[in-house]
Amino acid sequence: MDLSFPRRPFHSKGGANVPHRKNTAHMESVFMPPPDKIILPMQQHIGAICTPTVKKGDYVYAGQVIGNSEAYVSAPIHASVSGTVADITQITMTGGQKIDAVVIESDGKMEFEPSIQPPAEIKTKKELDEATWNAGLVGLGGAGFPSHVKLNVKDESKIDTLIINVAECEPYVTADHREALENGENVLLGIYKVKEILGVKRVFIAVEENKPDAIVKLTEIADNPELDPNDEVRVIKLKSRYPQGAEKILIKVCTNRVVPEGGLPSDVGCIVMNIASVAFISTFIKNGKPLTLKRVSIDGSAIKNPQNVIVPIGTKISDIVEFCGGYKTEPKKIMLGGPMMGTALTTDDFPIIKQNNAVLFFDEKDANLMKTTACIRCARCYMACPLSLRPRDFEMASDSKDLEKLKDLHIMNCMECGCCSYACPAGRKLVHAIRVGKNHLRTGGAK
Amino acid sequence: MEKLIMSSSPHLNGKKRTQNIMLDVIIALAPAMIAGVIFFGIRAAVLIVTCVTACVLSEFLSRKIMKRDNTAWDLSAVVTGVLLALNLPVSLNPLMAAFGSVIAIVVVKQMFGGIGMNFVNPALTARIVLVNSFPADMTKWTQPFSYGADMVTTATPLQMLSSNVDALSSASGGELVELPSYLTLFLGNIGGCIGETSALALLLGFVYLLARQIIHPVIPVVYISTVAGLSFLFGRDPLFDILTGGLLIGAIFMATDYTTCPMFIGGKVIFAFGCGALTMLIRQFGSMNEGVSYAIVIMNILVPLIERYVKPKTFGQKKIVKRKQNKAKEGVK
Ligand code: SF4
Ligand code: SF4
Repeated sequence: MDLSFPRRPFHSKGGANVPHRKNTAHMESVFMPPPDKIILPMQQHIGAICTPTVKKGDYVYAGQVIGNSEAYVSAPIHASVSGTVADITQITMTGGQKIDAVVIESDGKMEFEPSIQPPAEIKTKKELDEATWNAGLVGLGGAGFPSHVKLNVKDESKIDTLIINVAECEPYVTADHREALENGENVLLGIYKVKEILGVKRVFIAVEENKPDAIVKLTEIADNPELDPNDEVRVIKLKSRYPQGAEKILIKVCTNRVVPEGGLPSDVGCIVMNIASVAFISTFIKNGKPLTLKRVSIDGSAIKNPQNVIVPIGTKISDIVEFCGGYKTEPKKIMLGGPMMGTALTTDDFPIIKQNNAVLFFDEKDANLMKTTACIRCARCYMACPLSLRPRDFEMASDSKDLEKLKDLHIMNCMECGCCSYACPAGRKLVHAIRVGKNHLRTGGAK
Repeated sequence: MEKLIMSSSPHLNGKKRTQNIMLDVIIALAPAMIAGVIFFGIRAAVLIVTCVTACVLSEFLSRKIMKRDNTAWDLSAVVTGVLLALNLPVSLNPLMAAFGSVIAIVVVKQMFGGIGMNFVNPALTARIVLVNSFPADMTKWTQPFSYGADMVTTATPLQMLSSNVDALSSASGGELVELPSYLTLFLGNIGGCIGETSALALLLGFVYLLARQIIHPVIPVVYISTVAGLSFLFGRDPLFDILTGGLLIGAIFMATDYTTCPMFIGGKVIFAFGCGALTMLIRQFGSMNEGVSYAIVIMNILVPLIERYVKPKTFGQKKIVKRKQNKAKEGVK
């Protein structure tokens, strides 16, 4: 296959010119001291739910495994602080399902297990898989797909391209941007390590052009004559247009390859990794400490001091709010993740989990979406869809529960990026209808 | 903490609203309205105001009677009113124009469920109803700049052309009329409906619509090219065919009506081609000089059919078929 670097990114269809609002891009991230209590849900990834491996009253070190699963598609969960297990309760996740959660009362020290040591040198992919499993690493960009699963592709020889995702196309979110600026050394080591192990000859560091300082920094990393004598690692500047960071779109603009419907990036020889995930691999190799900290962007019209905060995983949002100076005004909507794909929360009592990269707080004005009026058949939703789907038709078929039609329209291909709803001048809740429609298909139309 | 608002993502809306879009269409129609008033005088303005008022009132009342939420302020009724007025001869009795407006809004639009639901273009359908109800009044054309009592009637350029054709073909050999020059046609100093005569004004509107991304250029472009192409094939004068008979207002403002044209680009191409072909067939072989209204309305009716058969290829779709085939092959092995 063609392994050249394009001079400009390839074309991608549709999308939306969302506002950037990267208010926190130029602020140094701050470490938040461990809160009194952290809550660790037993599912912080895509895949099987873990079972708690500790009991109430146990003393745990930071980095100790407290939840694990036999299943392959899963990832162990580690305590992010040292302290005592106060309780094992149930917590309602954003999707509505109730799962176990381990509550740890922190002793304020974040003491790591004394026996933790860096892993033996990682040379093969198998060792890398193992290391990422031990580290509890999942896709930190938002998807939460366990990294050892992602890295374990069927036909390794077909993988020829690694894409490091620094696109960060969601408004407000700047966590990856700050990662690039503040954690450059680990980003560099991580990228070259993964490249070496995967044995790929082409690495894209894909970044949207609205982050000039990150581009400078990443270009330095890419132009490393020592580690990269053949110039196989290059920065690609993407248009600042949502959703450039979506996996399928990212692959299309970097390589012009189209991931088949229902397929994976590896089907077209690509592996996409978030910048924070690669950087973490490097830290793990250095000190062997599992994933316990996460950088999240805190922003929105209702929070007093927007900034990027590095928090122990499991920290409650309300504690972060307090750390950020409290609310400026009464928040009317709290979202985990960016405004385009994030989930609204019912309470700020919810903990940060591995793949969260932002929490946004909207005041009344921002929280209210426009009133929904009749569809005027303007086709803006068609034009906006990066996957050439027909959102308006999804909505109609979903309303009438027409399963045949839903299938015929390829509804399962939709990535729920939100471009269609964003573009609709009638404010129709197309993505919501799509979710309902997908559910109809999953349940066979039963109520 | 008070109750938080729960909603599905995305949590942002774009800037465009139905109302802004309609306002942009009205702005795009402004040059044609101004040209109409310049050429045909104050009566043109009276007709426009009459139609707009009648449309908005009908929209308001019919929604009220049907107990649906009020949509009179989304400006779509204003657009219908303006479009209808621009498609009427200036000499028409305002009462008839008002009647047409009621037909457009109540019968064509609201009886089918309001904005986005009607399957034919309200303004064009109302015009067709008016032509059939008041044939004489609807085909009385006024010479531009002959205001008020001095109103002089004239023929439209297409009527002139067909009378010339008749004259040439009849054995006795009738009198030939001199056809207006392209420049006259372009400016619109000719007989015709209020808003259809000035190509210049309509093209200004077209440019505005494109700049504001209100319409996709494919329908007007394909429509007009089809007309030009067929005109050439039929041995007519393509430029003359483009500039006359309400083609531009039809192609730019009527055929592009969101509700009554296909949503997917491929569908739009077929739709526009059909409009062009029908327009020329009617002009060449039919008895009517202006085929645009009929062509668009007929194609409007065919839209559901077009949409059923022309579908966009979704991202990654073609490949999956191939993959499945490959898998099937592997299975055989
Ligand atoms: S949410 Fe789905 S249908 Fe809507 S634009 Fe994104 S991919 Fe297309
Ligand atoms: S963007 Fe909204 S109004 Fe336009 S066709 Fe799609 S659903 Fe209808």
